[in-house]
Amino acid sequence: MYLARVIGRVVATRRSAGLEGVALQWVQPLDELGAPTGRALVACATVSSGPGDLVHYVDGREGALACPRPFVPVDAAILGFVEEAERGGTRIGER
Amino acid sequence: MFLAQVVGTVVSPVQHPVLDGERLLLLRVLRPDGRASGKTRIALDRAGAGPGERVLVVDEGNCGRQLVARENAPVKTVIVGVVDFVELDGELVYDARAGADARS
Repeated sequence: MYLARVIGRVVATRRSAGLEGVALQWVQPLDELGAPTGRALVACATVSSGPGDLVHYVDGREGALACPRPFVPVDAAILGFVEEAERGGTRIGER
Repeated sequence: MFLAQVVGTVVSPVQHPVLDGERLLLLRVLRPDGRASGKTRIALDRAGAGPGERVLVVDEGNCGRQLVARENAPVKTVIVGVVDFVELDGELVYDARAGADARS
């Protein structure tokens, strides 16, 4: 599981069966200092997150398991909002 | 499995229900010699770990699901142990009692 920032949304009206109603969002993984690290990816949102939000996400098959229907072609899913991430007494990822 | 250092805590009030009541920690993934690998993870804590401690982590879905005992749980990264010693090439590279790298 990873710390990330939602940086955008993706809209795809025509999509694979089982993905109806699932929100797709761009997430940028963050390192322990809250700085962007690695490539951004598209993840399914299982919470009502949106651009700017700090979130945590899971990749691999577990991404599909987090969706309303567990057998969907998904390899990453936002699992929750991060209200506060703290490192050595300082909050990270704040804007 | 890999070793990591707990560098912080993560508070997530709104999240997938399977994670409710679980403690999430921010991890710095380590190389065998104890140096940072540059990777960051968030993990469920199933070993009572705290900031600064070196921990043993699984990052695989079947392990995660067994540990939370929920079918179809979207859980992958779980802290399963707190490390006391690490030996590499016959040398003690980490000693929790010393509070730091044994070599330094």
